[in-house]
Amino acid sequence: MSTRFDRIVEDNAWCPGCGNFSILSQLKEALDEMGLDPLQSVVVSGIGQAAKTPQYMHIHMFNGLHGRALPVAQGVKVSNPSLTVIAEGGDGDMYGEGGNHFISAIRRNAGIINIVHNNMVYGLTKGQASPTSQRGFKTPVQTQGVHVEPFNPIATAISLDASLVIRTFSGNKEHCKEMLKIAIAHKGYVLIDIFQPCVTFNKTNTFKWFKENVYVLQNDYNPEDKVKAFEKSLESHPFAIGVLYKSPQKAVLEDALRDESQSGDIPLYSHVVDYKRLNEEMDKYI
Amino acid sequence: MRDSVSILIGGKAGQGIASIETLLTKGFKRSGFYTFSTKEFMSRVRGGSNTTLIRISDKPVNAPDFKVDIFVPLDANAFFHAQERIDKETFVLAKKGDFECDCIRYDYDLESLAKELGNPIVSNTIAAALVFGLLGCDGEVLKEIVGELYRDELLEVNLKALEIGVDLARENGNCRYCITPNPSMKEKNDLFLSGTEGVGFGAIAAGCNFISSYPMSPSTGVLTFLAKQSRNFGVCVEQAEDEIAAFQMGLGVWYSGGRAITTTSGGGFSLMGEGMSLSGITETPMVVYLAQRPGPATGLPTRTEQGDLELAIYIGHGEFPRIVLAPGDPKECFDLAREAFELADAYQIPVILMSDQYLADSYFHVDRFELEEKQPIAHVVKTDSEYKRYLLTEEGISPRGIPGYGEGLVLVDSDEHTQEGLITESMSVRNEQNGKRLSKRILIEKEAILPEVEGTGEIAVIGWGSTKHIIKEAVERIADERLTSIHFSWVYPLSESQLAPLQKAKQIIVVENNATGQFAKLLRLHGISVQHQILKSDGLSFFVDELVGKLSVLIKEIR
Repeated sequence: MSTRFDRIVEDNAWCPGCGNFSILSQLKEALDEMGLDPLQSVVVSGIGQAAKTPQYMHIHMFNGLHGRALPVAQGVKVSNPSLTVIAEGGDGDMYGEGGNHFISAIRRNAGIINIVHNNMVYGLTKGQASPTSQRGFKTPVQTQGVHVEPFNPIATAISLDASLVIRTFSGNKEHCKEMLKIAIAHKGYVLIDIFQPCVTFNKTNTFKWFKENVYVLQNDYNPEDKVKAFEKSLESHPFAIGVLYKSPQKAVLEDALRDESQSGDIPLYSHVVDYKRLNEEMDKYI
Repeated sequence: MRDSVSILIGGKAGQGIASIETLLTKGFKRSGFYTFSTKEFMSRVRGGSNTTLIRISDKPVNAPDFKVDIFVPLDANAFFHAQERIDKETFVLAKKGDFECDCIRYDYDLESLAKELGNPIVSNTIAAALVFGLLGCDGEVLKEIVGELYRDELLEVNLKALEIGVDLARENGNCRYCITPNPSMKEKNDLFLSGTEGVGFGAIAAGCNFISSYPMSPSTGVLTFLAKQSRNFGVCVEQAEDEIAAFQMGLGVWYSGGRAITTTSGGGFSLMGEGMSLSGITETPMVVYLAQRPGPATGLPTRTEQGDLELAIYIGHGEFPRIVLAPGDPKECFDLAREAFELADAYQIPVILMSDQYLADSYFHVDRFELEEKQPIAHVVKTDSEYKRYLLTEEGISPRGIPGYGEGLVLVDSDEHTQEGLITESMSVRNEQNGKRLSKRILIEKEAILPEVEGTGEIAVIGWGSTKHIIKEAVERIADERLTSIHFSWVYPLSESQLAPLQKAKQIIVVENNATGQFAKLLRLHGISVQHQILKSDGLSFFVDELVGKLSVLIKEIR
């Protein structure tokens, strides 16, 4: 299926069979079907295989540093709130190197779609443990198996009252696209953690493993019940996928900063300096 | 009659030094004096021993002396903290029995007098009025200021305290330290600005509309200044979770067309290294205000040093152009803050504006300058559908588009990238893009601000940044025709045109507020022979009298 977000790619760096291909397709289709304009949409990414996603899309791109997609994305959103801003990367990028930014971005609640490709392993650096690797997972560094507790992004996000918390699985294409659409439509910060197999470096959490270890939340699940959502976030093997938590409507960063600075909703590039006012303010220092 | 008077006020944090300082500096300025003030303080919220120095004159005065004429220690500790700064001629205002000194003592228990008025804190107002009177100033001026500062009960008790101080001064013979102010000055609308405020106003004039910082002394003043002015000038303010994020948010803002600044000190700036590098390769402008304090690590958090020049010049992996500016007074802070945004935008590079605790926290008398009401030059282009962010051009600058403005896509990449902005490992493209970035240095060097040269002597006394007026006044005071003072406010990259005045000098003395002579090292890299250095890194700025002493010894040896 072709979309307005397609780019002709001569040389894709991903391994054949990588879950990233599916996420890329679902994202492009979701954006297209939601009627978004590539010229009004930005993907900010970090470093890692997942963070290469915008290289393969027809969309504005800020491919920055490992772990730093979220602060850049928040800057973009504040600077021009009319843009759709996606911050995309892998589990190491967002939860490891960028962990502090992850916590703060949730608390700030800028209107950002935070897409995390979660394959429980480091791909680009060739197979070390990631923050979400399960205990006992053996790697060339963790030779006797991972001995630290895996990071639980869903529980963390809910505890910080993230505006919207979603988990999905790249292998369930319909679900993945549907969840991306919900994320795109949301005003405020969205975490969308996408389970994804790494065919080269993770022989434990394979496509089959994910398929056997996820289930779709039932329609009667109420994502607005925070305590229930937190309970759900602690469950594992199997892991629930779907909209896990939705916070009641709350203020978004870009509106808060615009209100505080009385700068309206014009993009910052249209800013005009009020020199008359500046002269008046300086006169107070006489 | 002296040509300037130095007044030192010492006390614990929270004891009201700031209120005396406000009263006196406003009072002196309104009475027609040129006024300068600076402070040194300990890294604590309460207690300790801090001082504020106020220096006044009937001609411009922009630097501190170590020795003081009047000393008001608000407690005994303050006396011991600053006793080296007094001599036999110093007039010390203190309570009997607090300490002994070989100085002119004025024993009065101001606190008891204040208690009689019902509020011990107004002893500060009594002290201010007394000092004011001893300098022959009209108490009515202070009355006016007290009227502006206080309301209701506080106003009443402060006015009474003022009367007591005025009377005490009269009893002691007004005008003990009189100097003659230039009466014409009263007509002038000069500003009284700190380095911090200079930077803040300059940023606003430059169209800064976003600041994201992690608080760190002594840089925080600019953050709070812009926060205070946020509503007046549409400046979005966000406190970042760390300095890494502060810088990255700024890059996000510049990428989409805003004008961002981040403020920090050395420790925080160290964390911004990767951000500097990212700004370099993505050619995303950024402005960093770096207010130095002594390191390494936490060092002396509330003190001053020029120890981070090499950090500023070299921070960030890889090779990319940057500009480092170092203003020497609040007016230069204003001008160079404004220039920093313009240069960052024009050359798509990070620009570092360096200050330090001394300059940030010192107040200077600044001529009310005409504000050039020129909106920032629009460097951002409207894109077309064929737009390439890193287009190779003849002049070496790729026109900078932003997302959402025009028909093109704006792709920026921390990887080496094609003209379009996509990742590549092509060696030829690498050479083209790296060459394009590095060649901006040639254009940048043409913008370099020439150093300020005073005098025609063959011995050059060179400084950069905050030492400007200290060196200038020391050289003036020595009045040796052989001396020339040279001040650099554009410290990196250095260009041939800037170094020309140095080629003429037979002997070069570099004065720096650090331990290893970082600017001297930079000059040597450019083939300049530096024969002498005067360095200081104890956490305090230089003082004019101190520098006069050191320079005089040195030039005696130079024949």
